[in-house]
Amino acid sequence: MSSAEASRQRLAATHIGVAVAAFALAAALGLIQALSIADVAFPGRSESLYYIAVTAHGVLMALVFTTFFIMGFGYALAQVELGRIVGRGAAWVAFWLGVVGSAAAAETILRGQSTVLYTFYPPLRAHPLFYIGATLLVVASWIWGGVMVASYRSWRREHPGVAVPLPIHGMLAAVIIWYIATAGLAAEVVGMLIPWSLGWVKTVDPLVARTLFWWFGHPLVYFWLLPAYVLWYTVLPRVAGGRLFSDPLARMAFILFVLLSTPVGFHHQFADPGISSGWKLAHTFTTYAVVYPSLVTAFTVVASLEVAGRMKGARGLFDWTLRLPWGDPFFACVALSMIAFLFGGFGGLINAAYAMNGMVHNTAWIMGHFHVTLGTTVALTFMGGTYWLLPRLIARELRFPRLALLQPYLWFAGMVLFSTSYHLAGLRGLPRRVYSGALSGSEGASWHGLTVVAAAGAVVLFLSALSFVTVAAGTWLGGRRIVAPAFEFAVPLRPVTGPGVWDRLGMWAVAAVVLVALAYGYPLLHLLSHPRFGSPGFQPF
Amino acid sequence: MHVDLYERIWMWAAAGLVVLFLGTILSTAALNAANPPSHLETIDPTTLASHPEFGAPRVVPHEDGTVTVSVRAETFSFTPDPIEVPANRPITFRITSADVLHGFQVVGTNANAMAIPGYVSQFTVTFPRAGEYTVACNEYCGLMHHGMVGKLIVKEATP
Repeated sequence: MSSAEASRQRLAATHIGVAVAAFALAAALGLIQALSIADVAFPGRSESLYYIAVTAHGVLMALVFTTFFIMGFGYALAQVELGRIVGRGAAWVAFWLGVVGSAAAAETILRGQSTVLYTFYPPLRAHPLFYIGATLLVVASWIWGGVMVASYRSWRREHPGVAVPLPIHGMLAAVIIWYIATAGLAAEVVGMLIPWSLGWVKTVDPLVARTLFWWFGHPLVYFWLLPAYVLWYTVLPRVAGGRLFSDPLARMAFILFVLLSTPVGFHHQFADPGISSGWKLAHTFTTYAVVYPSLVTAFTVVASLEVAGRMKGARGLFDWTLRLPWGDPFFACVALSMIAFLFGGFGGLINAAYAMNGMVHNTAWIMGHFHVTLGTTVALTFMGGTYWLLPRLIARELRFPRLALLQPYLWFAGMVLFSTSYHLAGLRGLPRRVYSGALSGSEGASWHGLTVVAAAGAVVLFLSALSFVTVAAGTWLGGRRIVAPAFEFAVPLRPVTGPGVWDRLGMWAVAAVVLVALAYGYPLLHLLSHPRFGSPGFQPF
Repeated sequence: MHVDLYERIWMWAAAGLVVLFLGTILSTAALNAANPPSHLETIDPTTLASHPEFGAPRVVPHEDGTVTVSVRAETFSFTPDPIEVPANRPITFRITSADVLHGFQVVGTNANAMAIPGYVSQFTVTFPRAGEYTVACNEYCGLMHHGMVGKLIVKEATP
């Protein structure tokens, strides 16, 4: 890689750096929580520290780490696959907006002024800078989306009649999902919470705010998942030495996510008043439908890996699995994250099961669930993605390769202990997000042992996180300078012909907006037209 | 669009699986009336103290054997506490909050609903087993959220 090229990838690399830094801080805060729930004594343990840690861990992991990684990954793909980043200056402005916004929000959280968790449900009221900082991060991501779209359109003008490269197709799908999702968030935060936290309006309606939050909160999951799927579809088969089994089905899956990821939010509100059971059932339908593209993904990606094993000489039914590069850190990260998703996906089906949800709603089961999905499927794929990206972005060899290889296996083992325990404890009734598993002091006999196992898992997870950060920082600061490896993507078994129906992104985006309007229009209007009473703010923290 | 035969089989099987799951949910919703709480009733959270029902919430038995339980959740307690109800009778809970969001979870059962200020959550359950149950707040509500615990006592119904 020439130095000119290296400077072109500086934008992407800097974003990945911020993501890793946010992850490092958040990981330490995670350990504090698991120890506290298990009632393990440690210096400085307090209620205040615990709930601050829950808030900061959630915001840093779910919003800062993911968003910065995805923005960086998107810029890297635009540079490589489209040969351009249109609006590089705007992209740098967005970067600083995102950094300043995240830092402002983090500061008010760590000072204990915004202990409202990453869901920030009113009428818990945070410091205004919490909402404003989060808004700046979202504005940064909007600019990023604009740069991605502008780069694509510029490329498209020069390449009429050519199918858009698959990694870009997946990232653009994520951009569309993000714009639709954050419309709900903006309505909540800018329309309701910022004026309320500044004292310009006296009250907010907690249920309307919560409904708008979950308009955003579920597609947020697919905003994380699609870039992970881009790595699964387009990089994993290549690293494994195989071919992509089906290119058009990958595109179909991305488009189905565009259509179905937002009109599903009521499955987070099954236990809420004010939304009719019929509409909750309607969102249950779309929630189950959005499972479908993941099931298709499972086949296509695993079949691509089987192709890899067979190209290396496997003949039997299963021996192809042994010929896969389990000793490659990227491969190990992604393969283990896929295994985790097998369990995470089915757990999700239980959460969304309308009548069964009452057994698990807001119990520790949910913590178990999203740590195996977001916390493993997405986070471990992003860690693997960091190992794959860094040498290509900064032209340095990966430092401590053995540690990098150990890290995903440690993560997986830690997560098995952590997540399984919380799933079981939740079924026994442990509420989520409690300072002490003993609750008011005398409860918890039936789940205390499980919380201790989860804490042991958290220690293993923390060691894995430390390994990841050591490898990333070590590579950055002291990796041997090399000629950057090329970005190589999986070649499909059948060559891609011109742009097909799945490439008509604008049309699918319009269809998605129509579906959201159908799913939310009537229930929201019904709620808004009912006589309602607002709530003043509270700060019981 | 070319789709490999095996993948086509998988896609049909996956679609069948999704339809099977949805069919199960639909049939339990229709046949067992297994529906989540979905009641729309609003209430002024700032004047709960003088509200006829939620100012002094209590357990109200009815002549037909059913029971209505009104519950006020606030940082960091439930009122009334303890709640005493008979076993094997339909119990209708009506829950609201005087301040922030709370959860109302009867540990070990599927009685689990949000308490949202400004709204009344209403659902009906039957407890088949007598005994003492922990009622836990399962939605973060502040510094002593974990300590927000109440008791539900289910007594064998007198015939």
